[in-house]
Amino acid sequence: MRVTTTVNGTEQHVDDVWPGESLLYMLRERMGLPGSKNACEQGECGSCTVYLDGEPVCACLVAAGQAIGREVTTVEGLAAGGALHPVQEAFVECGAVQCGFCTPGLVVAAHDLLERVPRPSDLEIREALAGNLCRCTGYEKILDAVRLAADRQVRA
Amino acid sequence: MSAEAGTRTTRITATPGGVGDTPLRPDGTLKVTGEFAYASDLWHDEMVWGATLRSPHPHARIAGIDITEALTLPGVFAVLTAADVPGENAFGLEHADQPVLASEFVRYEGEPVAIVAADHPETARRAAQRIRVDYEVLPAVTDPRRAMDADAPAVHRPGNLVRHLTLRRGNPDPKAPVVVSLDFEVGMQDQAFLGPESGLAVPGDDGGVDLYVATQWLHVDQRQICLALGLPPEKVRLTLAGVGGAFGGREDLSVHVHACLLALRTGKPVKMSYGREESFFGHVHRHPATMTYEFGAERDGTLVYAKANLLFDGGAYASSTAAVVGNGGTLGLGPYRFPSVAVDAYGVFTNNPPCGAMRGFGCVQAAFAHEALMDELADAVGVDRVEIRQRNGMREGDVNITGQVIDSAAPVAELLQIVRDLPMPPPLDPSDIRALPGAVGNTTHGEGVVRGVGYAIAYKNVGFSEGFDDYSTARVRLELTGGEPVATVHTAAAEVGQGLITVEQQICRTELGVERVVVHPKTTGVGSGGSTSASRQTYVTGGAVKAACESVRAVVLERAAALLGRSAGELRLDGEKLLGASGEVLLGLGDVLGTEAVEETVEWRHRPTHAIDPETGQGNAHVQFAFSAHRAVVDVDVELGLVKVVALDSAQDVGKAINPDAVVGQIHGGSAQGMGLALMEEMVVTDGHVRNPSFTDYLIPTILDMPPMQVQVLEYADPHAPYGVRGVGEPPTISSGPAVAAAVRAATGKALHRVPIRPEHITGT
Ligand code: FES
Ligand code: FES
Repeated sequence: MRVTTTVNGTEQHVDDVWPGESLLYMLRERMGLPGSKNACEQGECGSCTVYLDGEPVCACLVAAGQAIGREVTTVEGLAAGGALHPVQEAFVECGAVQCGFCTPGLVVAAHDLLERVPRPSDLEIREALAGNLCRCTGYEKILDAVRLAADRQVRA
Repeated sequence: MSAEAGTRTTRITATPGGVGDTPLRPDGTLKVTGEFAYASDLWHDEMVWGATLRSPHPHARIAGIDITEALTLPGVFAVLTAADVPGENAFGLEHADQPVLASEFVRYEGEPVAIVAADHPETARRAAQRIRVDYEVLPAVTDPRRAMDADAPAVHRPGNLVRHLTLRRGNPDPKAPVVVSLDFEVGMQDQAFLGPESGLAVPGDDGGVDLYVATQWLHVDQRQICLALGLPPEKVRLTLAGVGGAFGGREDLSVHVHACLLALRTGKPVKMSYGREESFFGHVHRHPATMTYEFGAERDGTLVYAKANLLFDGGAYASSTAAVVGNGGTLGLGPYRFPSVAVDAYGVFTNNPPCGAMRGFGCVQAAFAHEALMDELADAVGVDRVEIRQRNGMREGDVNITGQVIDSAAPVAELLQIVRDLPMPPPLDPSDIRALPGAVGNTTHGEGVVRGVGYAIAYKNVGFSEGFDDYSTARVRLELTGGEPVATVHTAAAEVGQGLITVEQQICRTELGVERVVVHPKTTGVGSGGSTSASRQTYVTGGAVKAACESVRAVVLERAAALLGRSAGELRLDGEKLLGASGEVLLGLGDVLGTEAVEETVEWRHRPTHAIDPETGQGNAHVQFAFSAHRAVVDVDVELGLVKVVALDSAQDVGKAINPDAVVGQIHGGSAQGMGLALMEEMVVTDGHVRNPSFTDYLIPTILDMPPMQVQVLEYADPHAPYGVRGVGEPPTISSGPAVAAAVRAATGKALHRVPIRPEHITGT
């Protein structure tokens, strides 16, 4: 099938998509956007989190066909004009990235949280990121990063 | 985090971004933008996909395999079985006992039987399902105790014993006025790294193959792949692809040989990437263990003797079971002084999933037992639980149970004191249910919730032990690029997320005074870096990089000395400047090098270790010991058995923190994995079948499960190690779980001699 969808602001056409393919597979294997990760492909880890029409979703649970005519934003689309988004910057600076396999999903989830709640409490951060597994960091520095990004965005 | 100043830390001249500083990871930006290329992200023109058919039985004889139907599926390029393995159909870390593809027998559920290459991953999977395998199911031995019986079915010839370690020291028939004992059981833990096993094999023009793969040790992979492919090392070239965590689960081969076989057969680049379910079958796990411990002590709590029996279920193949038994046996009594000791540690084959390396390697299981028993001893003699550990804890100069002198810091008492003195979390606040066990499940408003506090201390060997030739190789090049000095460091040591590449850069900056350090991709184009395991890379590859820098510096200084007509000893290299004794600039690096580069390759070894005596277990088995302590605070809903970890605080001696931020990151992450084993992580295996191969059913800690952590780092330099470093990665995983378990015991008053502790163990239902 043919899928026409807008990804990171650009309309794209993808041919020969097999109907069983997920949005995640289409992004990673057919559109050259492997930034969204595939840690479980079962909807349990959040590593594949992308925006679909502004809502964060697990791209592994969305069929490629469901993206037809809609807008997808991936981690690759967050850094505007080459400059890191404050959330991305804070993840690097705070040591919230080790292996980094969870990072793209967490960056999108944290980005979404700060859009909705500019000054989240620690409990709000924890709740918002509860669907994103990280095996390396124990989450402490991820919390640091979200707090720092929130601070910077509120001040900016 | 605070680093204790003024302790016996080696003083390093401050170089920005050098040793002791906290430069950012060089791959950080790529990782937050999604541009970092993990093994599962690789792509190649004309690339096809591999898939694996695995055994559904824990034990069976293969009577026949029919691949016809699979081959006829459109889009399929190759279907291979054991008959297609050109070299030896065997691999293994310590013993090559595992078939690349099962031929006569399958010995565990999930064992690879056939592989397929096709134009789409789904086509490859469907083709694999069309392979007809005729199995004659055999009786499976799945209870490790039963596996030791003489009449048990043999998983391998001649029998099911992988290793029996005996350790005897002191009085063979010790007596003590106070005796405590327990049985303890630890379930099977999975490394659950997030990046699935993946690799891309590209056939070369020379009949060889280039493999890009996520792994922990390129050269040990290369050796095994060469054996299976029947190719010499120069035809099997490995490059490390981006690794999404490892924790021991990538020490053994997964997709490696399979992808190469398919690539060589089809002449096309082949990518293989496991899904999560397959990943649970595609790597080894932490050994489940059953242990019996007895401690004898004086009435004041002074330890007199220990007897311990540890049984590790190795599953169907040897992997690193023998070394895990080695660790469990030689370190399994914890960092305490025991005048008399009798330990028997066993590893056995069963038809369960193969077990091998996971962070903490044999010490994790044992620590649950020795720490639970120390608490029981403390209670039996009426001594405070922390104090009894401090009184019996190892100190520098003590002799451990294998007769080895602890010849650098052993701050057991101090680490415990630090965690005891850290501020306690605020008391339970029932007004916000999100902070209670069960949280928004709304299971309690504070009634039935009891707080408990637990302590644990542990130690672990750093580096490979028992006489293993544990070396690393580093190549360092120094040259001027655009007038600026640039160092390039090339090792084969795997970066798996822990930050080795940052450490390599830091060491080059400190040793050469350069700012710009390029980390060459990790390849087999340089000598072995050894394994990224046993908390050894900062020590061993760090040592190799330091030594290679020193060689480069010596060459530069010699050349400068010749130019100046002085002796090299009077000169110092600082980036692009060559300085005299009083810091005056004598030459620029360009004057010495011109357009040439200086490149040196060094193979570096730590002090040798030695095999232990086969009868007494005595010997200098280990190169270094690392100590860590935890205090856990938990709230337990004793009616429902739900646990909320409120605080998990730790103290650890790291010798020298090359990168203090990264050190703390290791302690955070390691602690989380220990907590996971204490409370939630278990691969449930019944009759040889894995019941929960998914993140829906195998739970790892989320951000809601992890409490805030306070971490204190001590830096007591080890005089035998480069910069005084002590391995960091594993100790926190060893002491955190036992502290959490102790806290739950304290809250519930239950013995809880099995982990993970499940709600029904607490409620008794
Ligand atoms: S890959 Fe989508 S939730 Fe895990
Ligand atoms: S950094 Fe490795 S999973 Fe989060």
